Amino acid sequence: MISSFSWTDTFFQLLAALPNTLLLFILSISIGCIMALGIVWMRMSRNRLLSGFARGYIFVFRGTPLLIQMFLLFYGLGQFRFLHDTPAWWVLSSRFATAVLALALCTAGYSAEIFRGGLLAVPSREIEAGRAIGMSGFLLLRRIVAPIALRQALPAYSTEIVLMVKSTSLASLVAVAEITGVAAKIAHTYYSSIGVFLLAGAFYLVINFIIIRIVGLLEYRLSPHLRLMPARAQTPRTIVG
Amino acid sequence: MYLINLLGFSKEGWGLYLLGAALMTVAVTLAALVIGAFVGSFVAWAKLSRNLTARIAGDAYTTIFRGMPELLIIYVVFFGGSAAVTAAAEQFGIEGFLGMPSFLAGAIGVGLISASYQAEVFRGSFTAIVPGEIEAARAIGMPRLMRFRRIIAPQVMRFAIPGLGNVWQLSLKDSALISVTGLVEIMNASNKAAGSTHQFFIFYIVGGTLYLILTSLSNRVFNAGEAHVAKSFRRPAGMQGS
Repeated sequence: MISSFSWTDTFFQLLAALPNTLLLFILSISIGCIMALGIVWMRMSRNRLLSGFARGYIFVFRGTPLLIQMFLLFYGLGQFRFLHDTPAWWVLSSRFATAVLALALCTAGYSAEIFRGGLLAVPSREIEAGRAIGMSGFLLLRRIVAPIALRQALPAYSTEIVLMVKSTSLASLVAVAEITGVAAKIAHTYYSSIGVFLLAGAFYLVINFIIIRIVGLLEYRLSPHLRLMPARAQTPRTIVG
Repeated sequence: MYLINLLGFSKEGWGLYLLGAALMTVAVTLAALVIGAFVGSFVAWAKLSRNLTARIAGDAYTTIFRGMPELLIIYVVFFGGSAAVTAAAEQFGIEGFLGMPSFLAGAIGVGLISASYQAEVFRGSFTAIVPGEIEAARAIGMPRLMRFRRIIAPQVMRFAIPGLGNVWQLSLKDSALISVTGLVEIMNASNKAAGSTHQFFIFYIVGGTLYLILTSLSNRVFNAGEAHVAKSFRRPAGMQGS
């Protein structure tokens, strides 16, 4: 006998699934970001094999729906017996880990293009200036290229982050108990679907609202040159030397 | 040989089934785009309006439909619509659960999502119209609706093509989620073919390839459209930079 439907119970059941959604999101966005850096490096490489691979990767993962990528990993690769004895099975045998992997692979393709756009927006004169005073390699990357590229890429990347929060809901289709999965289960049990789904949607709206605020703050921190100078800092310029 | 039989167009092959599913994906995405264009233009109009309530409503629409997972929106439309259909049927004395047609539910679900993106595209292209043209139309006494039909709509449509191309690609991929309502489009057909033959790997690769073909083909169509329209933007050398 199932107890009758209650909004408080539903709310707390969805709240209990929140950590799973957040964990899916945080793990996949961090892994995807690192993978994207590798792909950008390959895509910008002069080696045609590497850049060709990166182009193909981006084409495939941006051109197909995430759902089919997830099913291919989970059911498609799970079909091969020989994989069961390899370390890959450690990931593929877990629904949660497979969902993270699918989300990460997908976002890596989108993020790589965003990061490439950011890199291309770095003015070449800044790099030349850095070189002129003797910076090279990692120092040049850390001090000149990365900060400018990051600042340029941040608005587009924040959109990708929000898309990823929403995409975690697809993990419910490989039976990971995150917010959407729990909502679907409650809806099927009590035949009262719309309200439950809307409540679940509100959870995502709140997460996205907080994330957009955090990214906005980060963008503000990274672009001091666009802000008006505080009045007390606007001292007349003195020529030194 | 086994592979050819599996994917072929013979009786035991899944070729025809998958091809039909690909057409269904295109059909449902087209329907969604039309619904989205209709709803989206109203949302854009609300967002551009001088009326504060309309602006807030427009902003709320885009925030909600871009911030909620697509899957949840499709669930809400499908189960909400089904509940409405069941309630309506009860009025006529038909008992029991009745499902909403999955094509309609999918097209409305993906359509409402694409409306939120199309609204932004339309809003952006409206602001790209030179205000002098609208003033000129007003000056020669064009009524409001004619101004929209002759001056605003044609230009918005032109400026909007690249943005609409992006929305189409998004909707094409969102359409995979309609598979949960039981509509036999590419994703659903791949699931069925994979499930009944236990060749999951092959059929998801084939399904993915079908999507790749659709996305890259439509990319070409939109590029061609853009190039076609660009011709009418070019002005004689003497008239540039007025």
